[in-house]
Amino acid sequence: MPEKCEYGLLIDYEYCTGCYACQVACAQEYKWPAGMGGIRVIEVEQKLPNDRAYLTYLPFPTELCILCAPRTRQGLEPACVKHCMASCMKYGKIEDLARELSKKPRMVLWVPRS
Amino acid sequence: MARGKNRQIVRTTTWSAGPGCHGGCGVLAHIEDGKLVKIEGDPEHPWNQGRLCSRCLAMTQYINHPDRLTRPLKRVGERGEGKWQEISWDEAFDLIEQRLGRIREEYGPESVIFSMGTGRDIGAWICMLAYAYGSPNVMFALSGIACYSPRISAVETVQGDYCILDAAQWFPKRYEDPRYKVPECIVVWGYNIPASCPDNVFGHWIIDLMKKGTKIIAIDPRLSWFASRAEKWLRLRPGTDGALAMAFLNVIINENLYDKEFVEKWTNAPHLIRADTGKLLRESDLVQGGSPSNFVVWDTASKSPVVWDSEQVDYKSADLKPAIAGEYEVTLTDGTRAPVKTAWSVFVEQVNQYPVERVSEITLVPQKDIVEAARLYARSKPAAIHWGVPIDMTPAITPTVQAITNLWCLTGNLDVPGGNVISRYAFDAVAYALPGAKGVIKLKSKEDDAKRIGANQYGPLRKFIWRAQTDLTLEQIFTEDPYPIKGMWLQACNPVAGIGLEPKKWVEALKKLDFVVAVDLFMNPTTQLADVVLPATTFLEKDSVRSWWVPLQSINKAITVGECKPDIEINFELARRFDPDFRWNNIHELFDEIIKPSGLTFKELQQKGWAFPPEGHPSHPYNRYQKGLLRPDGKPGFQTPSGKVELYSSLREEWELEPVAHYEEPPFTPVSQPEMLKEYPLILSTGRRSPVYFHAEHRNIPWLREIDPDPIMEVHPATAGRHNIANGDWVWVENWLGRCKFRAKITLVVPEWMVMTAHGWWFPEEAGEEPSLFGVWKSNINQLIPMGFQGKDGLGSPMKHLLCKIYKVDE
Ligand code: SF4
Ligand code: SF4
Ligand code: SF4
Repeated sequence: MPEKCEYGLLIDYEYCTGCYACQVACAQEYKWPAGMGGIRVIEVEQKLPNDRAYLTYLPFPTELCILCAPRTRQGLEPACVKHCMASCMKYGKIEDLARELSKKPRMVLWVPRS
Repeated sequence: MARGKNRQIVRTTTWSAGPGCHGGCGVLAHIEDGKLVKIEGDPEHPWNQGRLCSRCLAMTQYINHPDRLTRPLKRVGERGEGKWQEISWDEAFDLIEQRLGRIREEYGPESVIFSMGTGRDIGAWICMLAYAYGSPNVMFALSGIACYSPRISAVETVQGDYCILDAAQWFPKRYEDPRYKVPECIVVWGYNIPASCPDNVFGHWIIDLMKKGTKIIAIDPRLSWFASRAEKWLRLRPGTDGALAMAFLNVIINENLYDKEFVEKWTNAPHLIRADTGKLLRESDLVQGGSPSNFVVWDTASKSPVVWDSEQVDYKSADLKPAIAGEYEVTLTDGTRAPVKTAWSVFVEQVNQYPVERVSEITLVPQKDIVEAARLYARSKPAAIHWGVPIDMTPAITPTVQAITNLWCLTGNLDVPGGNVISRYAFDAVAYALPGAKGVIKLKSKEDDAKRIGANQYGPLRKFIWRAQTDLTLEQIFTEDPYPIKGMWLQACNPVAGIGLEPKKWVEALKKLDFVVAVDLFMNPTTQLADVVLPATTFLEKDSVRSWWVPLQSINKAITVGECKPDIEINFELARRFDPDFRWNNIHELFDEIIKPSGLTFKELQQKGWAFPPEGHPSHPYNRYQKGLLRPDGKPGFQTPSGKVELYSSLREEWELEPVAHYEEPPFTPVSQPEMLKEYPLILSTGRRSPVYFHAEHRNIPWLREIDPDPIMEVHPATAGRHNIANGDWVWVENWLGRCKFRAKITLVVPEWMVMTAHGWWFPEEAGEEPSLFGVWKSNINQLIPMGFQGKDGLGSPMKHLLCKIYKVDE
């Protein structure tokens, strides 16, 4: 039986600064030992014409992300979303988040294992 | 287990120790059975609105770390041997009182240096102790004091009060407040986001503003996060910021993009300069008994000189038309005629020495980019400049800052919504003597200050910065001239691994002293060289006031760890012992006095959490110079000698330094050292910020170390290729002072001609005793940076622009 996916994380990676608050917020919330955690921040460096380049950081939810079920049950935001320094993460229903994707470029919608 | 049963949530404010912050996030500390189990950002706090940085989110690992110092330690072996004995606080206090007491008796109080790192919630308390002991020698241990206070001092030299980027931090509702305007453009000058909160700005506010439409001009040799998203990115050669700022002024003035009314009314542009002496014409030059503090302008209506009364902040005659430009002649007291010209003419002559072609050659920034960026800045209304520490980290810091300050003054961005706003301590509640402010904690008398190291040599140290000059102090430890240094109190200060340049000299210096006390939270390479080490607390284990710009905040104790004591309590106890006239009975009494101008007691502030000064208060914006809110006499104008923005600095003139903004080539660049360049062909820049470390801290926190495990050197792919270096290789970085090892990160972030290294590296997991000192000699880049190259005014040092060569480590 395919699992039903309801919730996801919307990332506006135009504004993710690679501050790693999300990664440590998750580690704190679930007391993950170093090396494990629900989110990893990825760095992408893309060379562009005319000696320019674009730096992108992107939080990626791992196999350990449980979409903060214990928090969202209490009506709290996921720990990573709440603490994101750039306020560039959003938690919600997949349909709602998908609609937001059409509002601006440089966004990605993750539907983690949960 | 009844989890959560004893859970208690304490609302407090961050201010290190802990995350390493200068900012002041509101947090909620979750405490269970007296232990910190979680920390979260306080969603109601106007500063961070619930957000929190990685370092603060790792506080549980920091607070409950097995290596935390929890009892005072006394050295039992040789210095650096790593042999310690635990002692009680009473024994520690007695020992310190006796040893420092003896030094004071034999050599005088000035022979003990009270040394701090980046300060934070230490500055006031270390001054309290030093001043109670009687020593004026409080030292910020960085060469040239080159972080932040030089910038404050230089801005105040020009305009009397400091300024920062306006991100609506003065209003509880922040960006929603109707008085606020989002800047059209922010110049991010030598600053990168992961550092988070320098200069009392929460770095991510700039991201908030970008989302609201603010465009970025990034000035940075690195392709920083901001640079890669900037409307304009100027990749300048490190250390040439002063030249670039002069070129901006050049474009803005020659294209008439400046605010003429402001120049005429609020700056000393019309003040006359004597052509014969090259100095400001003063009333005393013109009339017998005239005041040397008054200046003179040329009235084009009456064709005669008119006196500007600095005390009245007004002209001595009404209805005059001061000349802004031009050359005139006046008659001096002795009857001779002297040619004069206006300060504006002198200023413009200086600016005209920096045409874009010349500056493009100096900075390596294409001419077109300089011109376009200058126009974008000048035409954006409002626009703000936010700068980082590279501005301080050059010997010619003051003339550079003069130029940048002139930019926001001339473009109408001073103290306007969304511009560069004058930042004062909330309610003018100041804990200790800081530039431009007289705090509750101060030296007892002027005489006590007479022996402060460097105060005689350097003007800014007499006027704005109440510190011992670091380079001279280190020197004096060896020369003992003009008096011997016998002891050092180090508090949150790690010169061997972090803040000290030429750190081996610091080791030698510490070993030469009779008595050294270190106050810290963990053992580090510097504490290893002390006689007594005292365990301090994090911000969660103390009560304190954060009287550091806006808002005014309280720090509220949430827990206790071992026998650790807050810095203030340690210093309070010793200050009481050293000073029979010490006025306070307990720390809350002291806090009450510090925050008295707010009308609140400390207890009341604790209940409120934070407090904003109201409209009409001098610490609340905007346009305060027009409203008479800046000067103690309530007159419109500025707190400068003339009461105006001084494009031509009367203070600098008094200190026999160049009064007008200009550029000076730093001491170790390809331009100033063409011979050295043959041996060391790459520019070495240091201080690459990590989002998870604060300077030399946090390498022992597993969640953070995991993210940034090794000391990094950034190198361009082409440069790496030429040196046969692969990504992740260990590489030696070497110059005439030494070498150390870094892991290569091959990246387009740096240009081909420069490498950038991290700073503050030591390895808490390695042996603490000498010679290892936690492996500090492997990768501490400060070994390649000389002490003693402070600027002409004692400020700044060349940390961002040296020369080096690199080669692969052969295992
Ligand atoms: S949603 Fe929760 S579990 Fe998933 S990464 Fe974020 S903090 Fe971790
Ligand atoms: S907290 Fe936000 S800004 Fe920081 S790395 Fe994570 S997603 Fe990016
Ligand atoms: S370092 Fe900055 S973001 Fe982190 S807790 Fe301190 S003020 Fe807040």
